[in-house]
Amino acid sequence: MAKGEEKALRPKRAIERRGLAITGACVLLVAVLVLTLIFMVASRGLATFTTDGTPFASFMTGTTWNPHQNDANGIPLVGALPMIAGSFSVTLLSCLIALPFALGSAIFVVEVNPTFGTRVFQPLTELLVGIPSVVFGLVGLRIIVPWTRSWAGGTGYGILSGSIVLAFMILPTVTSLSIDAIRAVPQSYRDGSYGLGCTRWQTIAHVVLPSASSGILTAVILGMTRAFGEALAVQMVVGNAAQIPTSLTTPAATLTSVITTSMGNEAMGTVYNDVLWSLALVLLIMSLVFILIIHIIGRKGAPRG
Amino acid sequence: MMAGHSTSMGVEDVNLYYGDFHALKDITLDMPANQITALIGPSGCGKSTLLRCLDRMNDRVQGCRVEGRITLGDEDIKDIDPYDLRRRVGMVFQHPNPFPLTIYENVVYGLRRQGRRPKSELDGVVESTLRRVGLWDEVKDKLKASGLSLSGGQQQRLCIARALAVDPEVLLMDEPTSALDPISTSLVEELASELAHDHTVVIVTHNMQQAARISNQTAFFYLGELVEVGPTAELFVRPKKKQTEDYLTGRFG
Repeated sequence: MAKGEEKALRPKRAIERRGLAITGACVLLVAVLVLTLIFMVASRGLATFTTDGTPFASFMTGTTWNPHQNDANGIPLVGALPMIAGSFSVTLLSCLIALPFALGSAIFVVEVNPTFGTRVFQPLTELLVGIPSVVFGLVGLRIIVPWTRSWAGGTGYGILSGSIVLAFMILPTVTSLSIDAIRAVPQSYRDGSYGLGCTRWQTIAHVVLPSASSGILTAVILGMTRAFGEALAVQMVVGNAAQIPTSLTTPAATLTSVITTSMGNEAMGTVYNDVLWSLALVLLIMSLVFILIIHIIGRKGAPRG
Repeated sequence: MMAGHSTSMGVEDVNLYYGDFHALKDITLDMPANQITALIGPSGCGKSTLLRCLDRMNDRVQGCRVEGRITLGDEDIKDIDPYDLRRRVGMVFQHPNPFPLTIYENVVYGLRRQGRRPKSELDGVVESTLRRVGLWDEVKDKLKASGLSLSGGQQQRLCIARALAVDPEVLLMDEPTSALDPISTSLVEELASELAHDHTVVIVTHNMQQAARISNQTAFFYLGELVEVGPTAELFVRPKKKQTEDYLTGRFG
């Protein structure tokens, strides 16, 4: 009897073990991929400072980007500050442009007309997510760049055009996460406010939005992560001039736009190639910082309600 | 600031529909000033629905239609701006729902939304209302702490203070103790009796002992109809209708 039971169990145990092995291997593979990716970008990116002898400070604060040449001291001209400034400018500005629209439509969808919101508006924004970035870039080239040129003069390429294109791209992300955040505010808060004779807008401004603020902040930072990392659409409209941006409407460059423009043209192992990896490393670290911030907000915002 | 201007409420031939569902049928009921009216009955009998008609909270429910006349004093509440009405007819909910704000800001929330007021006035209201609900000694040293940091019973008393701060004439309580422990429950019950000195109190309750303990008048609802209403002592001792007796003796409900 006992022997028979053991026999019946054996194939089940084998299936259990096989399942564990297969799923475990998937986890391991993903973990290894992520770690090797970070290691690869880091090792190549650090070569600029270790083998090519560029001081870290002159990379982070230098304002001249001309990696083919050396300065008087024989140090390559690889100042990344223009691109770092460019990336942060388009990121912040695009969020500033997108946030009012995202927040406004999120409030409309949750508080004003939920039926229209879920039936029409949300599918529409999801459509926006699926549009490839090159299409956004093209629209930017055809419409936004000429528009900027029409009133600001110059070429029309620059941080403003890049930010507007990015704002369109991050709008669905920020909107749908803001909708989730506002929807998660307990109905009892609204009842409490209405019960005291407050109007809808007082309730939204003083109870709903403050309660949803950590979720909305998460939405903004996820939008920033996306804006910071977007390459193609920005490259098409930002002007690609590696200089410290002096105005929003003069050509500039971002970390991503310089990498995409130059990576294919520079041979492995050259200073130019190494320093592009350094730019990628800066991008990677910034993305990690964004994700870290989201986790911190999530943990602080969690014990509510 | 507690003016003590209590006003009676009345409903006359009120019918309420949620879409096609007829939730309240020909309800007529007087809720006299300075008294506690208890609404009892099994779940889904319409007692909470009726309560929410009194301050027009049902206006916010899609597909909800109210017919008939509801009065606050001599006024038809249809003629009162709903926001003014809800200031005059305060509500305490089933689950304590303080805002995620400080204790102080919870109390003055309604006042602040009515316009700017000097800080001294707000301070006075905070102290007097918190004293009134018996919370002052417990929280006076932590008015800047979050309202959510209080215990359930304290939160409910904070919600009552919040409702009192806008000086309502009527106080509606929707099963205010169903989420509370026995000690907090008795504190809230005492408070309700005390508040009836200068307010009209209408309380929905599942707890028949509670209705018996604190109310002056009890109305028994069943399937959207008002089966019987009368002075509490009379209704509990000598119910006139069979359904009331069955419910009170626990044969259903």
